[in-house]
Amino acid sequence: MDTKELSVENIQKTVRSACEAHGYEREAIIPVLLEVNRTLGYLPTPALVEVGRHLRTPVSQVFSVASFYYLLTVEPRGKHVIQMCESAPCHVMGGRQLYRAIIDTLGIEPGRTTPDGKWTFILTSCLGTCGVGPVVQIDDDLYGNLTPAKLKPLLARYTNGGE
Amino acid sequence: MSIIRSLVLVSADPYSLQRGSMEVFETIRQELHRRELADEVEVRLARDLGRHDIAPMVIVYPEAVVYGPVMPEDVPFLIEEHLYKGRIAPGLQVPVREISGRIAWVTARKGTLPAQQPILLSRAGKIDPENIEDYLIHDGYLALGKALTGKTPDEVIDEIKKSGLQGRGGAGFPTGLKWGFVRRAEGDKKYVICNADESEPGTFKDRVLLEGDPHAIIEAMTIAGYAVGADEGYIYIRGEYRLAQERFGIALDQARAYGFLGKDIFGSGFKFDIHMHSGAGAYICGEETALIESIEGKRGEPRPRPPYPTTNGLWGAPTLVNNVETLANVPHILRNGWQWYHRFGTPNSAGTKLYTILGNVNTTGVIEVPMGITLREVISIYAGGMKDGARFKLAQTGGSSGSIVPSSLQDTPMDFESFRKAGVSLGSGALLICDENTCVIDLARVLLNFFRKESCGKCAPCRVGTQRAYFILTRISEGIGRFEDLATLETLYKGLYQLSNCGLGNTAGVPLQGILTHYRAEVEAHIRNKVCPTGICSMSGALVAAEPVFH
Repeated sequence: MDTKELSVENIQKTVRSACEAHGYEREAIIPVLLEVNRTLGYLPTPALVEVGRHLRTPVSQVFSVASFYYLLTVEPRGKHVIQMCESAPCHVMGGRQLYRAIIDTLGIEPGRTTPDGKWTFILTSCLGTCGVGPVVQIDDDLYGNLTPAKLKPLLARYTNGGE
Repeated sequence: MSIIRSLVLVSADPYSLQRGSMEVFETIRQELHRRELADEVEVRLARDLGRHDIAPMVIVYPEAVVYGPVMPEDVPFLIEEHLYKGRIAPGLQVPVREISGRIAWVTARKGTLPAQQPILLSRAGKIDPENIEDYLIHDGYLALGKALTGKTPDEVIDEIKKSGLQGRGGAGFPTGLKWGFVRRAEGDKKYVICNADESEPGTFKDRVLLEGDPHAIIEAMTIAGYAVGADEGYIYIRGEYRLAQERFGIALDQARAYGFLGKDIFGSGFKFDIHMHSGAGAYICGEETALIESIEGKRGEPRPRPPYPTTNGLWGAPTLVNNVETLANVPHILRNGWQWYHRFGTPNSAGTKLYTILGNVNTTGVIEVPMGITLREVISIYAGGMKDGARFKLAQTGGSSGSIVPSSLQDTPMDFESFRKAGVSLGSGALLICDENTCVIDLARVLLNFFRKESCGKCAPCRVGTQRAYFILTRISEGIGRFEDLATLETLYKGLYQLSNCGLGNTAGVPLQGILTHYRAEVEAHIRNKVCPTGICSMSGALVAAEPVFH
């Protein structure tokens, strides 16, 4: 998607400021990667190399951490990310229907990005707001008590207004 | 002999008679006649029922609810609520105490909702979590001051031991004992870790505590540090909880500014500071050794145990790991004393418990009730009954790894000991209530899907076992299951339990086991008749490929 924007200088700058904020020790690796991920949208390989250099850690180990956690991703994502909770509490409250509705609306299977690069759909485990299930998170915003009928207007809010 | 639906016992020992139990007995009979319930409900006088302080008392079976002291004027209300409407009459239940050594009942204060005891949630939502002064006005940091200036570390541990506080993360390990282990462990450097990686699906009690009352956790961690001899603490908050992290960060800065963290706290010479560490999205990091690995900046893969973190934890040093809710109890116990704490809950499980109620009920959310309340009470009183008047089918306690509680167990008191005896576990406090439209195969499939994705992949029984179980369940849900599959599933959950390295694999098969034990007929219908009794499974007959996806 936005890979063209990710110049070498940009990546280096992002990693440097993340390390300055969280420290240069090995234990800082997760906070650093989280921040880089948040700023760049994902963790491109040059960023992993750069983190390894700053924290004096082999890149293989940086990659092993980056590929372990859900909040870290080494693949580029769409402009907006919709995460749907697939855990049992949301599932019994109508998560099944919502899941079909998202697939039908976006036309993509979970884990994929729409061809226009606008949406990435991922399934996630519990988001911690089970009282209002089924729950989806779009970028940083949580939405609960969702039904297939409410879905389309919600998605439209992101695709129309935000440009 | 006639068939009755309820049996009412009225105590008739000399003490009760003196306090008017005959009048109560007569009033009950008249009231039953008036409501034309006399054929369905039998009233009997009983002898000494073991409690004189609440005489005269009334016990209603089969629910075994104890009321007392009951006055004649309470009788119409009691009968209206319990025998006519079929719910527990609020405000009349007896305070907790063991009766005839077998069953314990929960406290109820007259005039309030039965058994509602906000201790941990007494501040959350009522004070400004971003303002330390609000916390100070509400007895904040009083317990810390009391501990640092008036008690030795051993006295603090003793107080916690006597309180009977048990770990609220799910395992129910005695907290005081764990503190003692860390205190006695060899080493100059020790750590206190607060486990706030609350990723058990359906549980969000810790989020409510962290977002609503962050200073209580700082205070508790500092007390724990003093007790076990640690000068550094870590709180591991899950990555998804951005608001909790933000508020906890503000609280940390304020506590440092006011001198509740740092050097020479309360002039006692004790120094302590807390680092906040964000999780990055991994269920397994709620397991204490995986959490420690994650703080050290590695993949969250559990270590073999023993050695336990109490001797070899963070960077090899003795480490105390406690859940948020467990720690939240600590300041209250130290401020009010362990005797006070025993006023709540049951004799063997003291205190209150936070539950998150979810699923097909009218009201969902967090409640705080004493240990020992029953599931039926939770559903009827706090959850406002089942949604759309549907029938209760099963509950799952404690998130994905929790036990399946069938309707036959809904009158078991929810405390660690009673649940252990009934062969189910209390877990982290999530109560997923499912109505009769829930298909157990579909539910099991969703749960196993969770585990196969969250398994860290370090040990084979868990990595492969969860995948296999998911695949077989999917096959059954597509209507192409075989009878041999049931035997394989049994082997799988036993293997998961016995062979896995950590708690994730150990408990991944627990719901599966529950479903195969309690809902065998429904499972077999999927296989024998190729029918999903609730109509949820697709039963399309399409063969699903086993996805070789390992996370």
